Amino acid sequence: MAGDGGGEALRVEHVAKRFGGLTALRDVNLRLARGEVLGLIGDNGAGKSTLIKIICGFHQPDAGKIFVGGEEVALKSVDHARTLGIDTVYQDLALVNELSVYHNMFLNRELVRWRLLGNRRMRRLAQQHLDNMGVNIPSVDDEVAKLSGGQRQAIAVARSVYSDAKILLLDEPLAAMGAKEGALILDLVRDLKDRGEVSIIIIAHNYGQILEVCDRINLLQHGSITFDKPTSETSVQELTDLVVAEYRAARTQKLRPDPSANARPTPRP
Amino acid sequence: MSDSVDVAERVEPAPAGRPSRGPLRRVGEAFLRRRETSVLVVALGLGVYFASASPAFLTQPNMVNIAQATAPVAIIAAGMVLVLVNGEIDLSVAVVFALAPFNMHYLVDYHGVPILLAIVLALAISAFIGFVNGFITVFFRVPSFVTTLGTANIVIGLVLVTSHAYPAPIPDAATETIRHWFGASDWAHITWCLLIVASFHVLLTRTPWGLHTIAVGGNPLGATEAGIRAGRIKIGNFMMVSTLGGFAGILEAFRINTIDPNLGGGFGIMFTAVSAAVIGGTALAGGSGTVIGAFLGALVLAELQDGMNLIGISANPYFIILGVAILVSMIANVYLSRLRRTGRA
Repeated sequence: MAGDGGGEALRVEHVAKRFGGLTALRDVNLRLARGEVLGLIGDNGAGKSTLIKIICGFHQPDAGKIFVGGEEVALKSVDHARTLGIDTVYQDLALVNELSVYHNMFLNRELVRWRLLGNRRMRRLAQQHLDNMGVNIPSVDDEVAKLSGGQRQAIAVARSVYSDAKILLLDEPLAAMGAKEGALILDLVRDLKDRGEVSIIIIAHNYGQILEVCDRINLLQHGSITFDKPTSETSVQELTDLVVAEYRAARTQKLRPDPSANARPTPRP
Repeated sequence: MSDSVDVAERVEPAPAGRPSRGPLRRVGEAFLRRRETSVLVVALGLGVYFASASPAFLTQPNMVNIAQATAPVAIIAAGMVLVLVNGEIDLSVAVVFALAPFNMHYLVDYHGVPILLAIVLALAISAFIGFVNGFITVFFRVPSFVTTLGTANIVIGLVLVTSHAYPAPIPDAATETIRHWFGASDWAHITWCLLIVASFHVLLTRTPWGLHTIAVGGNPLGATEAGIRAGRIKIGNFMMVSTLGGFAGILEAFRINTIDPNLGGGFGIMFTAVSAAVIGGTALAGGSGTVIGAFLGALVLAELQDGMNLIGISANPYFIILGVAILVSMIANVYLSRLRRTGRA
């Protein structure tokens, strides 16, 4: 079953979310197969963040159902989602600059003996795990502040994988990253895909590189999925055209006031 | 590939590319990298200077003086460091310092509570004030500077109203033994202080609580995303500093053998504790700090005041020196942490 896409990791059915007068998500249907890498693209304000925050348990949907591994779940909190194996790597990575790499790897999941930190064990396991995943950093003792953007991203991903995540949400993993750094992350995702243990949703604003590693692409527009194709059947050109068409439409909408034009979620703070 | 990394790690801890160094040099470097080093050097330097300038400095009575001046400041600073690492501050600890011994006195002399229980209850009340500070700061999102400015005024008002602004004697119920244990004997104060500093050092550097304290101060949003309950950590730290403030106040009352509504000189003791923390290497921006550094900072301030007194300099320039020390250590701090991040200069 595992890795062949036969099993289902996550299914989202008719999910809607409003914030006061703003409709962030109208009717979202999304399916993620086991071991699959799904690219979720869409312009700013399309509702990507809201959808991710619902899947990771941060927001609760107003309507619709979520199934994890085929079973319907009501995600009560981020911690709850995490116990079901859903973990998010946020754009800010949730890393603490002032702490060492290994302390970050074990943040809030510290190994403890006699109520004291088991530093030696955490250091060794962190090093092993990073070696396993092929993540190269000078030393796990270094403060995270010393590392490059790609290295940090890799550590954040490694941390989620280490915590037994089965469904990994990567929020704009390539944002503000150089080509070399980006390649590092893409390699990491490819490695994870080859092992087939985790299913991944990559949220991307700029999708050129994402296409390289994704099995399937979903486009989120105005709070619903308007496009769903295997990567092999689409191209950067097609996706660009779709998003540009949307942008043009939005501009004309702005000229002619339309109530639905206001019903967009506010961009990420 | 990964194997070779592993082996290299074991044989030579210095990152690859650097020439290997002797063990002595490495220990030296590790020592210099510690944030406490510079303030330790200053503390020792001041000691040597004052010892050579005045024969009275190294006498036992003077050592007791320095110890007793260091202790209350360092006890408060130990808790304050945790609050500062959280990115918060507690101004009210200064007056909880004065309130706690009064509460002990009221409980014993007006309500017939046994002295040890009264001390415990006085500490519980201190902790409750810390809880209020934390609660208002966390749930109403009032900056802690403002929250604790408010509670500080309420507390000092309570002290003045209930005491009618008059000092009270230590309750008769306090036996000789209790008085000695809680600050009257020469070394009681500093012994408590060292115990507290050691435990809080361990708490900050070796426990999940300490790690989460740093995480909440260093990256509040990230810490929350990692599932850390930031509010709980902050409230806990406010409760701890407040309890320590109350405890230091009780020790101080026993030491001077009176319960004074002006104990600690208004906000004075709190500002001295914050100064000690800053001189010791704690950044007010949150995310980093050291309890041992704060203790050494308190020691430096005590040495300065005592030493200047001994060699006959008026106490007035003390504040000028204190101000310069704060600025210099803060600038050094910013510079050194940048140096640590980039590896080397």
